[in-house]
Amino acid sequence: MADEDFEPVIIGFCCNWCSYAGADLAGVSRQQYPPNLRIVRVMCSGMVHPNLVIDALTKGADGVLVCGCHPGDCHYIDGNLKAENRKEAIELLLEDFGIEPERFRLEWVSASEGPRFAEVVREMTEAVRALGPSMYKT
Amino acid sequence: MIALTIDGKKVEVEEGSTVLEAAEKLGIHIPTLCYHKSLEPYGACRLCLVELASSRGSVIQASCVYPAQEGLVVKTDTERVLKNRRIMLELLLARCPDSVRLKEMAAEMGVGEPRFPKKNDDCILCGLCTRVCEERMGVGAISFANRGSERKVSAPYDKHSPICITCGACKVVCPMDAGLLSEISLNEPRPIMSEYDMGLSPRSSIYIPFPQAIPKVAVIDRDTCMHFLKDACKSCENFCEAGAIDYEQQDEFEEVDVGAVVLSPGFEQFNPDLKKELGYGRYPNVVSSLQFERLLSASGPYMGEILRLSDQKHPKKIAWIQCVGSREVERNYCSSVCCMYATKEAIMAKEHAPNLDCTIFFIDMRAFGKGFDAYYERAKELGVRYIRCYPSSVKEVPGTKDLRITYQKDDGDITTEEFDIVVLSTGIRPPKEVRQLAEKFDIELDKHGFADTQSFAPVETSRPGVYACGPFSGPKDIPETVMEASAGAARAMVLLKDERGTLITHKEYPPEKDVSGQEPRIGVFVCHCGRNIGGFVDVPGVVEYAKTLPNVVYAEDNLYTCSTDTQENIKEMIAEHDLNRVVVASCTPRTHEPLFRNTCREAGLNEYLFEMANIRDQCSWVHMHEPEKATRKSKDLVRMAVAKARLLEPLYKGTLKVNNEALVMGGGLAGMTAALNLADQGFQVHLVEKEQQLGGNFRHIHTLLSGDDPQKKLAGIIERINSHPMIDVYLQSEVSAVEGSVGNFKSTIRHDSTEKEVSHGIAIVATGAGEYEPTEYLYGQDKRILTQRYLEEWLAEDKPELQNAKSVVMIQCVGSREEARPYCSRVCCSQAVKNAIAVKNIHPETDVYILYRDMRTYGLLEEHYREAREKGVRFIRYEEDQKPEVSVKGNRLEVSCVDPILNLPVRINCDMVVLAPAIIPNEDVDEVSKLFKISLNQDRFFLEAHMKLRPVDFATDGVFMCGLAHCPKSVEESIVQADAAAARAATILSKDEIEMEATISVVVDENCDGCAYCIDPCPYSALTLIEYMYEGDIKKTVERDGALCKGCGVCQATCPKKGIFIRSFKLEQLGAMVEAALGET
Repeated sequence: MADEDFEPVIIGFCCNWCSYAGADLAGVSRQQYPPNLRIVRVMCSGMVHPNLVIDALTKGADGVLVCGCHPGDCHYIDGNLKAENRKEAIELLLEDFGIEPERFRLEWVSASEGPRFAEVVREMTEAVRALGPSMYKT
Repeated sequence: MIALTIDGKKVEVEEGSTVLEAAEKLGIHIPTLCYHKSLEPYGACRLCLVELASSRGSVIQASCVYPAQEGLVVKTDTERVLKNRRIMLELLLARCPDSVRLKEMAAEMGVGEPRFPKKNDDCILCGLCTRVCEERMGVGAISFANRGSERKVSAPYDKHSPICITCGACKVVCPMDAGLLSEISLNEPRPIMSEYDMGLSPRSSIYIPFPQAIPKVAVIDRDTCMHFLKDACKSCENFCEAGAIDYEQQDEFEEVDVGAVVLSPGFEQFNPDLKKELGYGRYPNVVSSLQFERLLSASGPYMGEILRLSDQKHPKKIAWIQCVGSREVERNYCSSVCCMYATKEAIMAKEHAPNLDCTIFFIDMRAFGKGFDAYYERAKELGVRYIRCYPSSVKEVPGTKDLRITYQKDDGDITTEEFDIVVLSTGIRPPKEVRQLAEKFDIELDKHGFADTQSFAPVETSRPGVYACGPFSGPKDIPETVMEASAGAARAMVLLKDERGTLITHKEYPPEKDVSGQEPRIGVFVCHCGRNIGGFVDVPGVVEYAKTLPNVVYAEDNLYTCSTDTQENIKEMIAEHDLNRVVVASCTPRTHEPLFRNTCREAGLNEYLFEMANIRDQCSWVHMHEPEKATRKSKDLVRMAVAKARLLEPLYKGTLKVNNEALVMGGGLAGMTAALNLADQGFQVHLVEKEQQLGGNFRHIHTLLSGDDPQKKLAGIIERINSHPMIDVYLQSEVSAVEGSVGNFKSTIRHDSTEKEVSHGIAIVATGAGEYEPTEYLYGQDKRILTQRYLEEWLAEDKPELQNAKSVVMIQCVGSREEARPYCSRVCCSQAVKNAIAVKNIHPETDVYILYRDMRTYGLLEEHYREAREKGVRFIRYEEDQKPEVSVKGNRLEVSCVDPILNLPVRINCDMVVLAPAIIPNEDVDEVSKLFKISLNQDRFFLEAHMKLRPVDFATDGVFMCGLAHCPKSVEESIVQADAAAARAATILSKDEIEMEATISVVVDENCDGCAYCIDPCPYSALTLIEYMYEGDIKKTVERDGALCKGCGVCQATCPKKGIFIRSFKLEQLGAMVEAALGET
């Protein structure tokens, strides 16, 4: 069972145009969510190299959340679909590294989905908390 | 200023402040029920007790009334304080045991079941209501009556007050939600309903109109604000810490000289209140489509949950009723958008709850736009039910508030069904103010109130220089609206071409400091944002922490980092501490990064040496109950920003010289219109047409429903093209090769065996489309079976074959809307109506039948559909799986089909069968697509950059499209899109140079081995594989076109060898942020 006091650290890569704006809207509408996420702003979810995800997870992150625009809404036409195509590769890598697949998530959050963003963070935080600390955590 | 100590922390407050206010400034939370920022403190609830140290031992006092004094030592969290507060709360709870608010507080403060006798009161005598009524509203309708245990709030004599203005302020401030107001006033306060939420939720008189408002600031609604109505209240002033409330602000009038006016007043929703029989306004669960849109929205009244208004329960069955306020006797037009938005709403509703039963009652499914039919089919696959029937009424089921609809089923039986929500697909109508607007600008409106425009000048009003775009000139969808907007700009630019750019002013910046080779010297500015950050995060603590981070040489906190004086301060600090990187920890870079970058520039620092940490929107505001964790997270976010700042480099936006000539491919109506507009704007145009004459498909159009003469128009256009000094026409020619990119294309135009190279800055693809040659309905086997195009020519010539025809049958959707071509050809319904009316006009005794699947006479074309019916044209619907059959019977033709209304076979003897063949993409689209690296959609029409918002742009910069190459469309729509393409092209051609993005990709030649993985994923075709000789070997590498790259970074994430990166978002920079997030350094 997971340690009661365990506070997971989750790295979030949020695209500038939709998800980062959705995260801002969560704030504007005062949606409360657990303070475990650390957001790195990227221009597009398609910009997130699989190595960034794997590096984060092997250097001690308990989870990585990549958020992009909903399909069809991408500021760069279809960068988000490229992120989705990469998801499978990332999942295979996770298997190689012995990392639970639940520690990585790709979600679509639009600029108007503040509540949804908060919900995604809540869900992910609880899921990762239930898994316990990453085996790579020193 | 007075200095005091609270819980060991020093704080300075202004004279006259209370201890509670001083604690608030420190972010120390003290519970209270009777304190209100805009009211005099009262000390009634006694929950805000604190312990004050004095020479004679400590005393317990209510902090809301105790004045802050110099040197005062206050403790808010001692056991004695907490115990006293608990007793106070216990007493209150005994008085009002049912209060939700008190129960919550009891749980928070650890108070159990009260030990005192319970009294079932709903008032704690906090006096907020009496104070707000007296102090703020200046009314004094209520006060305390009686003494001791009989004390209560009431109006004189316990009667309804004659002076109460029912403002509702007492209700708003009451912490107990007591139903006091009904005892005081005979009236009920009416909530102010949010316009944005379509009246589904209340708003206050000072409000931000909608979440995406720009600028995102609050406005005061003077029609409901008590200050403006009664010279009272002014409470909001006390809450705004920025002191931004200005009651004295006045409307300002400004006079501007303009050479052209574009009117785009939009549309109004048809008021469904006028349809009482459908239950709107009578039954809570009947909503308009725009209200349903709000129910679906994440920012809507139920946060995106679909709930019934009557009982906030999840619906199981939803029905949409189409054509509410459209296609009627009075409003004899189709609103064009409702079929698709209802379909969209149904699909989205099913995304919310897959088992939801969605039913759409419709007359004709008008999915005529690009990709719409495929969307309609998808909805059917997802289980959306479509019922072809317009229900005459909606009845509420008493008790359940469900809604009952009686309708005719496909088989003709009448049935009744119940639904949980009924959505009325309300139509589009001109806004009420258009009459005034039209008068002001002296322009004509049509009988419905839409702007009166002409077929060949769809965005021009009756007055030269005044243009109309969007639904102002008739109902239309987003892409058509966007096209018209650009077309309006294109027409205006022709008038204003000599004035272009004369109003631009350029800002001067100081010379930039050279920071190359310097060790990073980072300055960190942490914002309190009033209490928005400071109230939840220990800002001074974050500043102290920032000072300990490597390379940080300066850190400070600001009340508002974005204020004008702070910008001056930042500039001074940059100079004083020789800062070469700046980090601001405040709100979001999405709104404030440009401001701070500009400050850096003004201080002589490259604007890209700036980074932001979002500690408000993504921290203090979302962790309001966890100040310690929020502070820790803020420190982490600052550490991450500093880690990235350390690796920032100065960046520059490159510029590119622009060739301001245009290439237009295709000399049909669209190509010619675009060419003429660009030439009229003063740009040289190369117009390339593969045929030996100009005109394209337009040469076959002889009449229009509006009555205008297309062939006369065509002759006029060709004449203007040929005589225009700025247009070079290349007939029987084609573009055989294209090099370069936006601003600098080089194309080869081939004519027979000669080739000519032209340079141009943009290209417009107007290559048109063809017509499907039917293989069905005996076409080609009998000369009496022809297409609409030939009928139109026959009509123009009044051929004898027509005079002898006693009966004509027209068959629609020949080759369209079926498996091979699952799209609608959009114009055939109105073309059939047009030709049917023409036949009737010439030979009224001739029987004309139109066999159709859905009559798609959208927008104002609906009127002609009715005209045809009035003239006796007979419309018979057929189903896709029961197509008509054509046979030769003796010397006549016979068409048989099944009438779905009668459910009986119908046989028509006729003399002519006229087919409406599909519009099909040209055969050479692949070549054109390769020339400009542009894409095609599934139906092989060209694919725009965005279906709704960028309908004439390609993903590839500098290439635009118009006309049938984009998708089937009418003459008017082709002209609009052609002008729109010209306007979009002119945004590039009118510049001498274009600025390139600074944060774009950069190829690292030594890492790139030319594997070319990055090339296909690039959405903008900005990357090319090249080879060059290096040390005697062929070296492969990738070349990036700076004019095309937008910096999305898909290449960076695809590259396995760090051979390409995005400036400011390098893997190292992102990686440094991740590492900083994970560790202390």
